[in-house]
Amino acid sequence: MKIGVFVCHCGENIGRTVNCPEVSKACASFPGVVHSEDYKYMCSDPGQNLIKQAIREKHLDAVVVGSCSPHMHEKTFRKACASAGINSYMVEIANLREHCSWIHEDINQATKKAIDLMRFAVERVKFNQPLETIKVPVTKRSLVIGGGISGIQAALDIANAGFEVVLVEKEPSIGGHMSQLSETFPTLDCSQCILTPRMVEVYQHPKIKLLSYSEVEHVEGFIGNFKVTIRRKAKSVKEELCTGCGLCAEKCPIKKKALSEFDEGLSNRPAIYVPFPQAVPNVPVIDRSVCTYFKTGKCEMCKKVCGREAIDFTQQDTFVTEDVGSIIVATGYKLYSIDKKPEDSIYKGYGEYGYGKFKNVINGLQFERIASASGPTSGEMLRPSDKTVPKKIVFIQCVGSRDESKGFSYCSKICCMYTAKHAMLYKHKVHDGEAYVFYMDIRSGGKNYEEFVRRAIEEDHVNYIRGRVSRIYEEDGKLIVKGEDTIAGLPVVIEADLVVLATAMIAQQEAPKLAQTLNISYDKYGYFQEAHPKLRPVETNTGGVFLAGACHSPRDIPESVAMGSAAAAKSLVLFGADMLEREPIIAKVDATTCAGCFYCQKVCAYNAIEKKEIRDRLGNLQKVVAFVNSGLCQGCGTCNATCPSKSIELIGFKDDQIFAQINAFAEV
Amino acid sequence: MKNLKAKDFKQKLIAITSQDPAQCYQCGKCSAGCPVRDFAEAPPNRVVRYVQLGLYDKAMTSPTIWLCAGCQTCTSRCPQEFDLAKFMDAVRELAIAYGVKSADKKTQEFHEAFLKQIENFGRAYELGMLIDYKLKSKDFFQDVDLAPSTFSKGKLSLLPHNVKGKQQIKKIFKESGEVKK
Amino acid sequence: MKLGYYPGCSLNGTAKEFNSSLKEVFAALNVDLEELNDWSCCGATSAHVTSHILSVALPARNLLIAKKQGLNELLAPCAACYSRLVSSQQELKLDEKMRMKVEDLLEEKVTNGLQIINLIQIFQKIGLDKLKEKKQVDISKIKAACYYGCLLVRPVDIALPDDMESPDSMEAIIKSIGGKTVDWNFKTECCGAAHSIAHTDIVEKLCKGIIDNAQKHGADVIIVACPMCHSNLDMRQLNIIKHYPDHKPIPVLYLSQLVGLSMGIDEKKLGLGVHYISTKPLLEKIKSDALPTEVKKEVPAPPVSNDKIKKGVEA
Repeated sequence: MKIGVFVCHCGENIGRTVNCPEVSKACASFPGVVHSEDYKYMCSDPGQNLIKQAIREKHLDAVVVGSCSPHMHEKTFRKACASAGINSYMVEIANLREHCSWIHEDINQATKKAIDLMRFAVERVKFNQPLETIKVPVTKRSLVIGGGISGIQAALDIANAGFEVVLVEKEPSIGGHMSQLSETFPTLDCSQCILTPRMVEVYQHPKIKLLSYSEVEHVEGFIGNFKVTIRRKAKSVKEELCTGCGLCAEKCPIKKKALSEFDEGLSNRPAIYVPFPQAVPNVPVIDRSVCTYFKTGKCEMCKKVCGREAIDFTQQDTFVTEDVGSIIVATGYKLYSIDKKPEDSIYKGYGEYGYGKFKNVINGLQFERIASASGPTSGEMLRPSDKTVPKKIVFIQCVGSRDESKGFSYCSKICCMYTAKHAMLYKHKVHDGEAYVFYMDIRSGGKNYEEFVRRAIEEDHVNYIRGRVSRIYEEDGKLIVKGEDTIAGLPVVIEADLVVLATAMIAQQEAPKLAQTLNISYDKYGYFQEAHPKLRPVETNTGGVFLAGACHSPRDIPESVAMGSAAAAKSLVLFGADMLEREPIIAKVDATTCAGCFYCQKVCAYNAIEKKEIRDRLGNLQKVVAFVNSGLCQGCGTCNATCPSKSIELIGFKDDQIFAQINAFAEV
Repeated sequence: MKNLKAKDFKQKLIAITSQDPAQCYQCGKCSAGCPVRDFAEAPPNRVVRYVQLGLYDKAMTSPTIWLCAGCQTCTSRCPQEFDLAKFMDAVRELAIAYGVKSADKKTQEFHEAFLKQIENFGRAYELGMLIDYKLKSKDFFQDVDLAPSTFSKGKLSLLPHNVKGKQQIKKIFKESGEVKK
Repeated sequence: MKLGYYPGCSLNGTAKEFNSSLKEVFAALNVDLEELNDWSCCGATSAHVTSHILSVALPARNLLIAKKQGLNELLAPCAACYSRLVSSQQELKLDEKMRMKVEDLLEEKVTNGLQIINLIQIFQKIGLDKLKEKKQVDISKIKAACYYGCLLVRPVDIALPDDMESPDSMEAIIKSIGGKTVDWNFKTECCGAAHSIAHTDIVEKLCKGIIDNAQKHGADVIIVACPMCHSNLDMRQLNIIKHYPDHKPIPVLYLSQLVGLSMGIDEKKLGLGVHYISTKPLLEKIKSDALPTEVKKEVPAPPVSNDKIKKGVEA
């Protein structure tokens, strides 16, 4: 085997602490090396040409490059070699930068180590084999989980590009939290006015299949080829017959037993209901936990009044499966509540703010409902306890957020902005009212955001007080808010009529379960983890699964929309080719020695190990062995290390390659 | 004011409290809930700020450290889980150790008078403590009207109770004195 | 049941009614108290505010005595003593250097395993059913404001296993003996504690706030389990009466006194005669045959004139 060695200076990065010409000289004497040289930037065009030229002139079979981490330029060098006629996988990289020059100071010793690293790579490459990339077909359909603004955006982008989308929403209607908001920052345009056209577009789009009141139950397969099982929860209403006339909800005798989720518990809804007038789809569902019929077997009022015979008490949950090539997770967030938490919760409640026992201490979403024209007060600024106009209102930021003692360390990011918006909306409705905002820092990074906050302070004269509130208690119908102005260094006590807490955004409770179903990672708070914090922000570690919106971290509307579009673009990249190419670095089972113990199956994090029956010519079952699904295998090597009979090899990292490296080390 | 070695103070403070004042992000929740806040010129969070800025003398001469009632409301509500009550104890202890003139002599004298009884007798001897305190503070007339009724209720004993294991207690006090040096 | 007993200095002096009521109640409940031999002061507030080593070593001496006496459980009825003893125990467990220093000073090895309990915990241990059984006197005519102060609920990791912001374990005890309690806002606000002597003015203002809130919510009596809280709220009420002519005195009882009353124990034995604020009207109310006064619908207070945001020391 003829091996060529190329040592890169990486400008001064390697050259400063490693004597590259000496390394190159030393490599020339290694057995099998027929060519060795060094160059300032091997990744540059002239550098690559040096490699190509040497391959052609000296008929090289394999190449070793001493350079930066393979994460950076392995692809570059593989392509260069391929264009000169040798297989991409006959190239090895010795990491002389991250593993040597950057971490050492002594030139002599670093040079010695660099020579060793090169020798290991040369010994290894002798056992490399030419490999071909794996090709898998792509199902050009997408699944979007979550019908909030982020999921809506992703679904519309993909559908408008001409591909089918299955949109799954667990609630009876799409729209998410955005549909609950009154106005949006920093423009104060009406949230529903800008959202509902998008919702309608989703409903009418021929390429979008909307499955409302449904949840993802099970996912199998791999990038380009997922099979998803979806539970369609029983609505007790036949969707295809219902016209959405609303008569059933109007006549339902249960009016007060259920709190409206849409109004955040500030109003009641019937047992059969659509969450809000512009709901999409405009089909009611029966909440069986409060419905008289489901509790006592009597009533059937809705059934009696429905002219279309759409009510079906016998309906059961059903399951559908969908084949898709990509999955976009847009499951959104939940608001942290200050209520007392169970012992095992990772969060604690706010006893100092009353654990939610004061009616006039509300959260941000409840304030949105009070401020909204479609809300329980029709947009009139009235406090919950006695429906009077609050003349003095206190907003408290960072409730939960940035509070280690309650279990959080992160900043919820959007609260500074929505609190400024709330204070403004209040001042616009109650001109003689006083608004106070307790804040720790004002984080208003974003286009026109800082200007918006200044407007609240300078034009609407909202009183901003820097400091956290220590306690809230109720006395004679007033809420006593005890704070400190840390700028003036003075105590502040406000007797408020209404207190609005900017409670933290937290991950959905079921997020970890969904993450396990999708095989993606999540952090300690339950937020889904991106593949790379800077360069792969919407991808996950599982190919073909992308993230959008607040299920990843606290996000405002513009960011959620941008992320929705980004995730859609990532899906479309996938759909751009008919076949998917992927690295051939996967595990392979030797069926002749496999004993079928399936330890490998237990340790595989990607569910890539399957069972395969071995039969003789007559069709009699000989044995059952492990089989690697090349689409799912990520080449991590865990099965390889676990296999007791050494029947699994990781292609590209075979035992003989690794042993050659180790032996070379032992020779030092 | 003594010229304090900055490093020395901070190191000692961290050693006593096992926490770094850098942990405090100055939200002021401690001050907002402090029962003696209204009587203190510098709110408790500002005392932490002094230490964060290296103004150790300002921290040690602040009357706030003596006003702290040790109620732990701050500690239990701190979003950063900073034990401010412990911090206050340590700043006070260091102020005594560095011989900084107390900004709240009365409180310091009270504590000294109280501890002196324990050092001498092993238990708190309230009458002795009051006499000792009044001699020090020269505040002879405070509470004199309470004295007769307190005696008649049998709440103040005229003689101290002597603990037998006094030697052990003396030793503990001696060690405490050593630490301060 | 046999129990180690650490009365602490206050219970031998200013809080002797706490001591006597407690002994009476436990005698009635068949709980033997074995006092710690030659116990010494825990150092109270003064030790921990001035010297870390004092605050650990002084209580440690008593912990060692308890072990020597073969006690597994030690009752420390004073909330301050309880807090200091537990803190010291905790510190000795976590800080090895400190433990070695203390062992050196006291010439003895520190051992674990002693359980320190306060008044509320011992009642919980005896069982609220048992208290209910022993009930003889109807105390439902009076309404009690349970005042926890600081050291029963803070710091959270060593205090009562109760909610620091809205505790209710004392209420549960009182309810079990047929008493009524009020829901109020100053259950865990500090009374000023050790400032009683050096800063009487501060204690007076803090106590005024606490008492006002209890009365506003309809309390006839404030119940405490801490001698410091008691002396501040009871004795310092005399100062309040002097400075606020409108002030309506309210008696302050130890939890053990109220429990004793419900058991029909003699008032004198419970030390109800040595309070600064007379307990007579309260005792009369308990005995009165009149039906319990109906809870008056609270008239909404007129809008607070002092409506401006309160800023500054004098506001």
